[in-house]
Amino acid sequence: MTDALWYFARGSGVVSLVLLTVVVALGIGARSGRTAFGLPRFAVNLLHRNAALLAVVFLAGHVVSLLFDPYAQLRVFDLVLPFAGNYRPVWQGLGTLAFDLLLAIVITSLLRKRLGARVWRIVHWLAYLCWPVALLHGLGTGSDNGTVWLWTISALCTLLVVAAVGWRLAPSFSRFPERARRHINPRLLPAPTPALTQPGTPSQPGTPPQPGTPPQPGTPPPAHFGARASAQPGSYEEVR
Amino acid sequence: MSHAETTRIGRGQEPASRRLHVDWTACDGRGLCAELLPELLTEDDWGFPVARGDMTVPPALEPAARQAVDRCPALALRLVSERPAPASS
Ligand code: HEM
Ligand code: SF4
Repeated sequence: MTDALWYFARGSGVVSLVLLTVVVALGIGARSGRTAFGLPRFAVNLLHRNAALLAVVFLAGHVVSLLFDPYAQLRVFDLVLPFAGNYRPVWQGLGTLAFDLLLAIVITSLLRKRLGARVWRIVHWLAYLCWPVALLHGLGTGSDNGTVWLWTISALCTLLVVAAVGWRLAPSFSRFPERARRHINPRLLPAPTPALTQPGTPSQPGTPPQPGTPPQPGTPPPAHFGARASAQPGSYEEVR
Repeated sequence: MSHAETTRIGRGQEPASRRLHVDWTACDGRGLCAELLPELLTEDDWGFPVARGDMTVPPALEPAARQAVDRCPALALRLVSERPAPASS
């Protein structure tokens, strides 16, 4: 019977790590310009959320089964207070820390509308701390420490998250590559030459600038300047 | 969910019709809302939502609109009552 608790604790721990990995990869993926596998954005968003909730369920199972496991000898406050345990306090404390961080991330996410986007986002960035801490906890503590299969799973999880980061950072994966490469309208920059009038080019007020051709210095802005012109790809650079 | 979203105009009257409102200072152009509400929104060249009509939400689309509001990553989308809610207590 006690062995069953032990098996369950290990299994649910590994499942939550894998789910958390998927959650983090999807979270990172949701922030990149283009979504993976051609999934619609709302699907990535929902999958991210639901996998996170599922991870919490497995994590609860992991923690509760260990609480009743006679070998682990956990006290209730070990579940929330990190680094106070009797057995491998540091490795186990990492697990407690990850659990606390996960609860903070999930609870603030569920209360996102009340808290506002800024608070939610700041807490959500703790995910980048939570996931590595959970990974280390899994590798360092417990009975499967050092087994080939646990190292394999951990390596695959790491690979997935690293791949997601690469996917997000690669500029070619932007959904709107032009958006990242918008240029400042040359008219707004300091004029490089004093000769602003070009006799050969008759100015045509009212003609919209062609997409991709920045207006020449000296051309007076068309009458509707700012209305449609600003939506032309290649005309402006986003200032960050 | 704000007060105005749930207020009805008055007893015995039609429920206040809802309109979708985009907070442009918050919208990040992630395009989620246009996916969930293709009947009301399309995307412009940069992925920002563009209204197809006047953003009035027909009752049949209200669940979809609520979901879009709920899922907007920037919390930029809101559902507002067409008419201002009567001043109450
Ligand atoms: C109920 C639970 C959750 C909800 C509703 C939620 C929702 C979201 C949303 C809406 C985004 C932004 C996506 C975008 O900007 O398009 C996001 C990003 C992210 N989420 Fe979550 N999330 C939840 C739980 C978690 C958990 C448990 C983790 C990991 C431990 C996590 C890790 C991330 C990461 C790494 C990002 C990318 C953040 C960034 O770099 O800006 N999320 N999440
Ligand atoms: S889902 Fe929100 S952030 Fe994205 S385009 Fe719509 S309103 Fe803007």
